[in-house]
Amino acid sequence: MTALNVSDLRYSYGPKRALDGVSFALSPGFTALLGPNGAGKSTLFALLTRLFVTREGRITVAGHDIAAEPRAALSKIGVVFQQPTLDLDMSVMRNMRYFAALHGIAGREAVRRAETALAQLGMAERAGEKVRDLNGGHRRRMEIARALIHQPEVLLLDEATVGLDFESRQAIVAHVHGLAASGLTVLWATHLVDEIEDGDDVVVLHRGRVLAHESAAALRGDRPLAEVFIEMTGARATGVEGGA
Amino acid sequence: MNAWLIAMMAIIRREALRFVHQRSRFLAALVRPLVWLVVFAAGFRAALGLSIIPPYETYITYEVYIVPGLCGMIQLFNGMQSSLSLVYDQEMGSMRLLLTSPLPRWWLLLSKLLAGVAVSVLQVYTFLAVAAGFGIVLPAWGYVCLLPALVLSGLMLGALGLLISSTIRQLENFAGVMNFVIFPMFFLSTALYPLWKMEESSALLRDICALNPFTHAVELIRFALYQSLSGWALLWVVLAFAVFFGLALLGYDPAHGMTRRRKGG
Repeated sequence: MTALNVSDLRYSYGPKRALDGVSFALSPGFTALLGPNGAGKSTLFALLTRLFVTREGRITVAGHDIAAEPRAALSKIGVVFQQPTLDLDMSVMRNMRYFAALHGIAGREAVRRAETALAQLGMAERAGEKVRDLNGGHRRRMEIARALIHQPEVLLLDEATVGLDFESRQAIVAHVHGLAASGLTVLWATHLVDEIEDGDDVVVLHRGRVLAHESAAALRGDRPLAEVFIEMTGARATGVEGGA
Repeated sequence: MNAWLIAMMAIIRREALRFVHQRSRFLAALVRPLVWLVVFAAGFRAALGLSIIPPYETYITYEVYIVPGLCGMIQLFNGMQSSLSLVYDQEMGSMRLLLTSPLPRWWLLLSKLLAGVAVSVLQVYTFLAVAAGFGIVLPAWGYVCLLPALVLSGLMLGALGLLISSTIRQLENFAGVMNFVIFPMFFLSTALYPLWKMEESSALLRDICALNPFTHAVELIRFALYQSLSGWALLWVVLAFAVFFGLALLGYDPAHGMTRRRKGG
């Protein structure tokens, strides 16, 4: 069974169509949602997390239709938004416990899960620190750990490395690849081709349409991914020159 | 504990912690009504004669009269402050975190409301304690009977704030709304003058005041402080809460409201 299935999804802002018949199915592993700014990535994420709803198309998460069974579907999703969503004046652990509570997890179980998730992201020793005192990279890692606390089957990350330095970006990309290798279904929205490895699945989104869905290696052939991406979208690829 | 209650308690605890961290907010919430009580009411005491009206059974000073209105004022400002923090949360993204929880949206928003009410109740009782220090002491059981009235009026005013926050897209737009909501609601109510006093100046003003939900929140508080119940005020407050909360839910519904109008990337 596919963990995330998107079928013929359409969405408009007034007369402007943001998504136009988007379809793809994801299995456990790392999938990059590659698209230039304005491609429709954030709109797609808003639909996947039910911040927006549409009557056109269908989304299922771990077999649950998000329109018919929103609670069951949302309980299977972990999400890291492009904008930070941490409470800066609370400690890392308190932030984690707050989020756990929003999923109905409290007490010792919440602490145990928070500790496990933080350890997965190499953040265990920071549990007592105030979020305000963490650097950008650690805050992002903490948000990813937080998204794992309810043990989701699908992890959605919307441009999760925006604003981070190269080293922090690399560390986060490596961590998330590790999570995908352990059996999690990861959808990683980005416009940075250097965050994609040859073995990754890639969905290329442009102007609300899926232009390609295949492995990065198959997509690029013997050319750099950046070059293929520019050719497909006409966009200026960003990231390390040459890319994967 | 039930998952729904766990989430509600966490939301209330978070709001309380935020409030504790914002000492200036607490101070402002306290100083504002105290200035009205000590400065404004002292000046008006001589100018304004009040006849005996329910729930009062004897002549009262003007300071005593405006205490329920100032309790309402605290809750009105708190409701708008919560609304402001919701707009901020929407801009900063933390509202998204709340709305993507697998619990029903109405429950999450009700929890947010109750969190705001808990903070406002704390503010009102602190104000009343300080007012007692200035010699304005109310019937002892009135302080107990006040609690359910404060919860209801707090819910109604919080729901109004929630409704406003669902219609605003940017923090910058908020100041105007504050001026168009808080001041008219407060001044066109029985917080400062009884209805009959309004009628003396204009029948239209009196009618507007009688229609203002804030008037009924103030009267609910006033009667509760004297261990009695104004059924009319209760009905108005409950109805206004239902309408404001219903519209706010519509505003936060992804199919209709605010979230739909926010353009993604």
